[in-house]
Amino acid sequence: MFVARSIAADHKDLIHDVSFDFHGRRMATCSSDQSVKVWDKSENGDWHCTASWKTHSGSVWRVTWAHPEFGQVLASCSFDRTAAVWEEIVGESNDKLRGQSHWVKRTTLVDSRTSVTDVKFAPKHMGLMLATCSADGIVRIYEAPDVMNLSQWSLQHEISCKLSCSCISWNPSSSRAHSPMIAVGSDDSSPSAMAKVQIFEYNENTRKYAKAETLMTVTDAVHDIAFAPNLGRSYHILAIATKDVRIFTLKPVRKELTSSGGPTKFEIHIVAQFDNHNSQVWRVSWNITGTVLASSGDDGCVRLWKANYMDNWKCTGILKGNGSPVNGSSQQGNSNPSLGSNIPNLQNSLNGSSSGRKHS
Amino acid sequence: MEELDGEPTVTFIPGVNSKKRQMCFDWGPGEMLVCETSFNQKGKSETGPGCPFIHIIRKDIDVYSQILRKLFNESHGIFVGLQRIEEELSGKSRKTQLVLVSKNYRSVIRACMEEMHKVVVATKDPASGRQFSSQISILSAMELIWNLCEILFIEVAPAGPLLLHLLDWVRLHVCEVDSLSADVLGSENPSKHESFWKLVTILVLQGRLDEARQMLSKEADANPTSVGMCRILGDLMRTMPILSPGNTQTLTELELKWQHWHEECERHLQDGTFASSPHLESLCKIMLGDEAALLEQKEHMSNWYHFLVTRLLYSHPTVKPTDLHFYAQSSLDLFLGGESSPEPLDNILMAAFEFDIHQVIKECSLTLSNWWFVAHLTDLLDHCKLLQSHNLYFGSNMREFLLLEYASGLFAHHSLWQLGVDYFDYCPELGRVSLELHIERIPLSTEQKALKVLRICEQRQMTEQVRSICKILAMKAVRNNRLGSALSWSIRAKDAAFATLVSDRFLRDYCERGCFSDLDLIDNLGPAMMLSDRLTFLGKYREFHRLYGEKRFVDAASLLLSLMTSQIAPRSFWMTLLTDALPLLEQKQVIFSAEQTYELMRCLEDLASASGRPVHGEPDAPQLQDDDIETTKVEMLRLALARNLARAIVKEGSLEGS
Repeated sequence: MFVARSIAADHKDLIHDVSFDFHGRRMATCSSDQSVKVWDKSENGDWHCTASWKTHSGSVWRVTWAHPEFGQVLASCSFDRTAAVWEEIVGESNDKLRGQSHWVKRTTLVDSRTSVTDVKFAPKHMGLMLATCSADGIVRIYEAPDVMNLSQWSLQHEISCKLSCSCISWNPSSSRAHSPMIAVGSDDSSPSAMAKVQIFEYNENTRKYAKAETLMTVTDAVHDIAFAPNLGRSYHILAIATKDVRIFTLKPVRKELTSSGGPTKFEIHIVAQFDNHNSQVWRVSWNITGTVLASSGDDGCVRLWKANYMDNWKCTGILKGNGSPVNGSSQQGNSNPSLGSNIPNLQNSLNGSSSGRKHS
Repeated sequence: MEELDGEPTVTFIPGVNSKKRQMCFDWGPGEMLVCETSFNQKGKSETGPGCPFIHIIRKDIDVYSQILRKLFNESHGIFVGLQRIEEELSGKSRKTQLVLVSKNYRSVIRACMEEMHKVVVATKDPASGRQFSSQISILSAMELIWNLCEILFIEVAPAGPLLLHLLDWVRLHVCEVDSLSADVLGSENPSKHESFWKLVTILVLQGRLDEARQMLSKEADANPTSVGMCRILGDLMRTMPILSPGNTQTLTELELKWQHWHEECERHLQDGTFASSPHLESLCKIMLGDEAALLEQKEHMSNWYHFLVTRLLYSHPTVKPTDLHFYAQSSLDLFLGGESSPEPLDNILMAAFEFDIHQVIKECSLTLSNWWFVAHLTDLLDHCKLLQSHNLYFGSNMREFLLLEYASGLFAHHSLWQLGVDYFDYCPELGRVSLELHIERIPLSTEQKALKVLRICEQRQMTEQVRSICKILAMKAVRNNRLGSALSWSIRAKDAAFATLVSDRFLRDYCERGCFSDLDLIDNLGPAMMLSDRLTFLGKYREFHRLYGEKRFVDAASLLLSLMTSQIAPRSFWMTLLTDALPLLEQKQVIFSAEQTYELMRCLEDLASASGRPVHGEPDAPQLQDDDIETTKVEMLRLALARNLARAIVKEGSLEGS
């Protein structure tokens, strides 16, 4: 059972991305109106817009939060071929009273020659680092060596994917057994572009990212990609949004068996494939424990996928828009606190009497 | 084992047009963000934003209900207690203990139902009243199921006592009797009451024969023509053999006696003893377990399991547990009579009668949207070693799976998350890592909450989480210029680099304002001072000020000097230190010894020669005016040092100086 509460977004154009911060108390939205808005949740659960500012000179595709260990930091990427890093400045007391905060641009990353399609911060154990990918087929990894000085970012790596890139995902695993890993998806439509998912791994010896795997079975345009949080597994789980939802496991093959010094080889298995969206799947994302995958598709629905204790994946929920009007006041949800029954007749069958029964 | 496919629950998001647009979303720790967007329009923006709303979706609202909170809290206590006594449970008392735990759980459910009932009675809002009523129904269903599981799986009642337990079970869940009874008995002429015979029938159906007999005597009093019949029926009621607790007769003896009694009833029926009273005859038929007669009373039994138990009472009182499911299935079929199909609750109860524990749990998981029930029940059954005995290799994984689901749900709540911690603790495989992931995400809205979270992490040696949380708080404090707070969090995080950073800020502040903030903290650093050189310097520097304030000039002077000579003081600060030395040099009495003065001079010259101004680590370039100021300062110092040197030499050279 879900309850929805709605907030008027106030963007003047299509919203492309929404993003919660680490604790779920702030969120950011970005839009084709070239602005980013930041919202804060108050103690009583209401959301208020505390900042709204123009960030780019083109549609803003994605917005993402850095880990709070680095402070209040956002990154955005845009059609205007740039990505930007923003930091919140503790406001004047007047602003605080009005509930407003200021965000300043710390840096603009201008290396891309085409629209920047995704931007993602690396896992915090790697320091303050982010990756961008562009339609020009290059993934760029930047680092801010001094966490207290966010205006200094250096381009550490440029990974050429040879295909127009649409999405990236860092492997969140902080285990020392794994080198940093990044997966890149492509929606390149040219006929020579075959396998659309590539996985790159950082090599300690060469100090460079090298291609570890290509998922040969994914040949349709990939719109989103997401590594699952690792609960101590020895293998990785990767979800892909393409013409269907696909979940792969990547099991590292033991290093002794491969030539040492090269990237890890993986055993790749597909553990689930769902075409319930009946069409293109545009987004996939894992919950914080990596136990539920959410996907969004052309059918206008968001679906939730979960594995039961026998490791069988199933759709456990669907969020669907039915076009019905939103309840007048914002912040109103149809709250229905209950121990809930999926099938309402549970209570009928208790009250008994044959009149209460469903007739077959 | 075949998978039961429950249909996925569909939730409608208002305002979004799924026919024309799609949705972008993001997960949060307890909620999900959803917003209408269009993925096909890259590069060109369509006409307007479409649905202008952002939606926040939350699952399992029950954690937010006030009354249920008590249920969660109390069941948490029972759960933890059960895990703790596990080792002590052994032998015969084990079963008794486990039954007790089960009863505790059930009483908590009942208490919750009663609270809700009070609310329903008191509320003026019909919608709210309805909501609570439906909740009560669901809780009642849970208690019904749990009770049956207790009888069959935990108590493991054998033939004989089994029926008694089932009778109690039915009586507990059909409550109209008491109010009806009060009604009828309270009236002037009970036996003339319109519901009199209904009451008697219900009492007989529930096996409450003593009370039924009392009713009959009232009828006998009021209606002389039926005295004889009432007496006979009453006797039959009185003499029905039933196993009572503590009774020493064996099952076989009981069966024999019962057989005799049954035949006696049959004889009366055949002889037409009750022919002139359809009511009494019907009662006799019921007591003979006549199916048709029982089915006629369907509406007084209201459900098939009542029918089942009544049937068993009057036809197979010594039924064996393993035979239950035969009677259950046929009772269900007869009762529904092909008019309607079994509902989820029916399926759950049937699975229980079939002793298919796994099926019970699976069906409950599908039917109830909250994990509370299945998590606790499965855990208890696991302690009864039932999941393993059924040879389910994933038996223990199922318990853990359900507990993890339940605990994760608790973490969405701003205070119930603390209960979740204990549940994770008792999940050996994934509990710890799940806790690590969840606890990091708890918003640290107050210092109290942060300390609570940290204590929990420290107790479990979750050092990375401690470090991370302290770092987040330290960073937040620095950004808000609360340096003292930032420093203490850095110390707790054992983050030397950050401690250095904060110490630098302190020192910079001091230079700008001429005083320290957060003196208490710096004065009481203790061994934490050793975390970073800069921090040590900060602490020692403050100590210098303290010594000076206490007029312990000689000690202060030595400390000041050692700060420079031991290289603890950053170069950038040397000028400040030397300037601090000035008042000591200007005192009437000689404080710095000659040797110390030489050292000071050396430091000063070191500093001055290094391009004339302190530049190490200083990001800002001094202004031209500063140049003048710096030069003046250096000159003053040179003069003061020289004078002090002279005085020191004289003092040390003279007799009283040595």
